[in-house]
Amino acid sequence: MSLLSVEGLGIAFGGVRAVHDVGLTVAPGEIVSIIGPNGAGKTTLFNMISGVYLPGAGRVRLDGEDVTGMAPHLLARRGLSRTFQNLQIFPAMSVLENAATGFHLRERGALLADLLALPGARRRSAEALAGARDLLARVGLDRAADREAGELSYGALKRLEIARALATAPRLLLLDEPAAGCNAVETEEIDRLIAGMAQSGIAILLVEHDMKLVMRISTHIVVLDHGEKIAEGDPATVSRHPDVIAAYLGAPVAVEGAAHADG
Amino acid sequence: MRLSAKWTQLLILFLLIALLPLFFPSGYYFRVGALIFVNGLAVIGIVILTGYAGQISLGHAGFAGIGAYASALAPGHLGLHPLLAVVLGALVSAAVAWLVGRPILRLKGYYLAVASLGFGILVAMVLSNERALTGGPDGMPVPDPGLRDLLKDLGLKLTGGEFWYWCCGLCLLIGAWAALNLQASPTGRALRALHGSEVAARTVGIDVARLKLQAFTISAVYASVAGSLLAMQNRFITPDVAGFMHSIEMVTMAVLGGVGSVIGAIFGAVILTLLPQVLTVFADYEQMVLGAVMILVMIFLPEGLIPSLARKLRGRGE
Repeated sequence: MSLLSVEGLGIAFGGVRAVHDVGLTVAPGEIVSIIGPNGAGKTTLFNMISGVYLPGAGRVRLDGEDVTGMAPHLLARRGLSRTFQNLQIFPAMSVLENAATGFHLRERGALLADLLALPGARRRSAEALAGARDLLARVGLDRAADREAGELSYGALKRLEIARALATAPRLLLLDEPAAGCNAVETEEIDRLIAGMAQSGIAILLVEHDMKLVMRISTHIVVLDHGEKIAEGDPATVSRHPDVIAAYLGAPVAVEGAAHADG
Repeated sequence: MRLSAKWTQLLILFLLIALLPLFFPSGYYFRVGALIFVNGLAVIGIVILTGYAGQISLGHAGFAGIGAYASALAPGHLGLHPLLAVVLGALVSAAVAWLVGRPILRLKGYYLAVASLGFGILVAMVLSNERALTGGPDGMPVPDPGLRDLLKDLGLKLTGGEFWYWCCGLCLLIGAWAALNLQASPTGRALRALHGSEVAARTVGIDVARLKLQAFTISAVYASVAGSLLAMQNRFITPDVAGFMHSIEMVTMAVLGGVGSVIGAIFGAVILTLLPQVLTVFADYEQMVLGAVMILVMIFLPEGLIPSLARKLRGRGE
């Protein structure tokens, strides 16, 4: 059974239909990718699923429960976490502390215990930091643990966001362009990371522009254009779909043939 | 063994408080010291609210007013011991902060600044207008907590200035200790996280509204206790303690010294309490020099004195 199920989701901003009637499902261990040109509504769709925007129409269900428009911190308790296309890190905190915030739901306790540094509070904090250290090692950032997050490179911060999201022990993870701005080596690391997360049973919804990455790791692909779903299927099916080729290359394949004929 | 950052800061603070009196040329300096510690305590509250959680309040003197008038009124009207009056003031401040914070902490940036400003003015107005109870703008006397006599019976003779110096110094140390505990705790991390990015804080499960309210309430308690201490050591209080200028002073001290750092903010309280005393040599130009110092610090040390200087020193060390 699918963990996430989205039906007829739509939203309009000032009369402009940003997303219209989009549906999709993600099961545990699956990697479902959303592709489409810039402005197709991919991030908007993410924002609706993760509770940042209130959808104008449609339903979002998590494990059968209707969570449409639910606040993000309540979704996090239900096992939904995400990363951001335009990085959302905590720049003034150390890399380790950034990752440790992901343990918030497990490390939080009585405010008074934290103020007085009671043994319970110190233990919770130490456990979160230890867990964060493990996750930093997993994304290859363990050596940067004590640096201020704002000093890190773009690619490193993308991985830091993944570590932070993983710390919440998500059942469903929304990754918004995790490989954007990463070099070939970093992209390969992220590739392995995502595949590993899916193998551990996390349901993954991915927005990504790197087509090689998408085609390699996706179980299922949903294609958006102008806010609407124009195609979906496994990578092989989607890559042959004429609408996809038109939306992506901006022109039919025939152009390539004509160029060949000329040459 | 290497001391953690927390204990290093507390040790420095302790040594300063304990050793400075050796250099005091007269008893007057104990009074100045006590005033610095009271201001420092209130400013630690601002560090928690603004430095950690990134929220601004221009009405925190309102809570200092609640604390001060609890110390002035509760012993006579409710028969409470003056020390319990401090606790009562802190509890009332916490309750008021909780109620006021719920609606206004939904606001951001300058909207929040103006709303909190309104709260502070409201408290000052109530204190000025309830003449029957508070004596109005002329102020009212505050009963002595009697602790000094207790110490005298135990054989420890202190002047009023000395007593309040050590008493406020101890309160400042406890306040700094709690604030530093908070900073490194799960709650402190969550507060600093929502300061960095509210949307990201939410996605890791942080209840942003609740945490802002907690920070606001804690900082109100700091201001309230500072107000109580001020009232008790002056033995007299006027509504100015809740006034707009006092709120601004708190924020200015914190920002000047370094709002993200407990030690920095206390240092800001030291500077802004001492400078006016030192600058009297400039006579008519005192305010102008004070203003110029503040402008220059903000231009050249934008994170505040202590954090900016620490960063510069670290940068040179690497």
